Amino acid sequence: MAETSGRFASAIKEALLAGLLAAVLALPIIGLKTVDRGGRLIIDPQWTAVAWCIGIVILGRLLVALWRSRAGADVVKGPGRIALAFQAQGKWLGPLLIGFAAILPFMPFADRQIIDVGIVVLTYVMLAWGLNIVVGLAGLLDLGFVAFYAVGAYTVALFALHLDLGFWVALPLAGVFAALFGVLLGFPVLRLRGDYFAIVTLGFGEIIRIVLINWVEVTGGPQGLGNIPRPTLFGMPFARTAPPGVTPAHEFLGLEFNPVHRVIFFYYIILVLALLTAAIAIRLRRLPIGRAWEALRENDIAAQALGINRTNAKLAAFAIGAAIAGFAGSFFGTRQGFISPESFTFIESAIILAIVVLGGMGSLLGIVIATVLIIGLPELFRDLQEFRMLGFGAAMVLIMIWRPRGILSHREPTVRLGAKP
Amino acid sequence: MTALLTVEHLTMRFGGLTAVDDVSFTALASDITGVIGPNGAGKTTCFNCITGFYKPTVGQVTLAGRNGIVQLEQLPGAKIARQGVARTFQNIRLFDGMTVLENLLVAQHHALMRASGFTVLGLIGWPGYTRAERAAIDKARYWLQQAGLEAEADREAGTLPYGAQRRVEIARAMCTDPVLLCLDEPAAGLNPRESADLNQLLYTIRDQHTCGILLIEHDMSVVMTVCDHIVVLDYGRKIADGTPAEVKADPAVIRAYLGEDEEAA
Repeated sequence: MAETSGRFASAIKEALLAGLLAAVLALPIIGLKTVDRGGRLIIDPQWTAVAWCIGIVILGRLLVALWRSRAGADVVKGPGRIALAFQAQGKWLGPLLIGFAAILPFMPFADRQIIDVGIVVLTYVMLAWGLNIVVGLAGLLDLGFVAFYAVGAYTVALFALHLDLGFWVALPLAGVFAALFGVLLGFPVLRLRGDYFAIVTLGFGEIIRIVLINWVEVTGGPQGLGNIPRPTLFGMPFARTAPPGVTPAHEFLGLEFNPVHRVIFFYYIILVLALLTAAIAIRLRRLPIGRAWEALRENDIAAQALGINRTNAKLAAFAIGAAIAGFAGSFFGTRQGFISPESFTFIESAIILAIVVLGGMGSLLGIVIATVLIIGLPELFRDLQEFRMLGFGAAMVLIMIWRPRGILSHREPTVRLGAKP
Repeated sequence: MTALLTVEHLTMRFGGLTAVDDVSFTALASDITGVIGPNGAGKTTCFNCITGFYKPTVGQVTLAGRNGIVQLEQLPGAKIARQGVARTFQNIRLFDGMTVLENLLVAQHHALMRASGFTVLGLIGWPGYTRAERAAIDKARYWLQQAGLEAEADREAGTLPYGAQRRVEIARAMCTDPVLLCLDEPAAGLNPRESADLNQLLYTIRDQHTCGILLIEHDMSVVMTVCDHIVVLDYGRKIADGTPAEVKADPAVIRAYLGEDEEAA
């Protein structure tokens, strides 16, 4: 009995502390609302809203604390029930999701907004799968991943501007250039470990962005670059009219012209790119290079003692991750038709990293779920306006309480001696 | 018989501290050679010089390996492993999150890397790679059997009991096909039964695989049982070198290592 009351007391203490913290945050942010009254700004205090906030936080924290003490002090445990269910169903859940993605544009509810959200989600899925090779497999905390995304996007824009190359020619070049930048950065940096490595990649990401802003003659500076060519279907553009001698794609396909067709075309391009990334990522993990990455992540000194060249293996991970970001970047460039340094800020790197961590490092399926949560939901709930970020934050907090090691954190062995249990 | 490993005038200084001071000895391919000494005698430093984790200040380390005579002190760390020098660590270093089998496959990285066409052929599912991987799994299975670990192959290495982890580390080292296996205190923390199993594994390696063993240990009883030849270090210097019986009888060893003074007191 004494133990129960002790637990209750400590839960209340925790809840009150959380309430105090909420009060500190809510008083200035929510409590002091400025209103424009006759050209004068006056403060309109919102004491009820503040009280609500504090009340909700105290109650929530109390419930979490009680639930935790009932479940046992140690919440970090093996894969939970839901994760296990996901694993068991993984065999058909993956193909099912792919099938759903493949027919999404033709579903009755799929309007232009849904397809657009689908494109954005798939772009981030692809980026996160690429970053997963670097962070999840090789264990290199890269905080400047967006730099390679930018390299890919600017490659397409610059090749179109100066050499008049179309998207399909520029796409592989974007991957190659991004990989080149990956190697260029990797050489001096990969000898660093852990936090130091993370800081340098963070710096590199900013350097690329600042160069893009300031090198006005080449990159157009803050104005960015426009007129990036749209991808064509075997040379046939998705446009109402085409230059003489070229058939527009809608005529070739025997359809009425409709601007949505181009959006659907974009959707399928990014779907194919993302699936290719997944196929490569799955294969790589089962190859010796993938095992070497995981070995380096687990214990790099032992890996070196077994004859693995640390620099080369890490460089390969970095270059492959960068190439995937480059491909995604080139797609981003051609879809927007216009790019500027504003699209490649640190927050993008942080979001991609958040997706990887939230998904459970190393899990492709977990990453898809995390992307839908982080990118898809806020996009879909734009109607909620300023409250959508609040909901987003609450969802993140709940997931971190519920699954601190990511949504699907189970690791499937690459080979087995015995049968699968 | 020519020596497998020849260490000459090996000296390692860290600033003002001389951890290893002008040590010379040889190790034969047919022997289990023990390097013993009290704590801080420079055993592990000596090991780190041989396996390329440190670059010695002075001295030569010569290996008569598969590719002829090689000067190990001139090679970078990762290349020494490819010349056939494998090692284990005093504080076990397994790839904890990977299965035991995967640990043993990482050890065969180079053979598999070549077979996968440096990843390019492997990516498109080249049949030659599948065959090479099967051969690698067979080799891993062989060493798991030798180490008595076949039933644990698909378990995460970090979840195994301590004694089993020690044996995984040795099996993993053997998967690199070494000519010289360097073991840093392999018997530390083992119970008598596990220790006996370990000795059996070492005999198998020495007798059936033409692989010399270099062994650091400060537990005298283990060393006296398994070693054919013993080198004794104290304060970084070699103070004795010979068969177990010779070393045991050496007054310098008794004084420095067995702590005669305390016992006499």
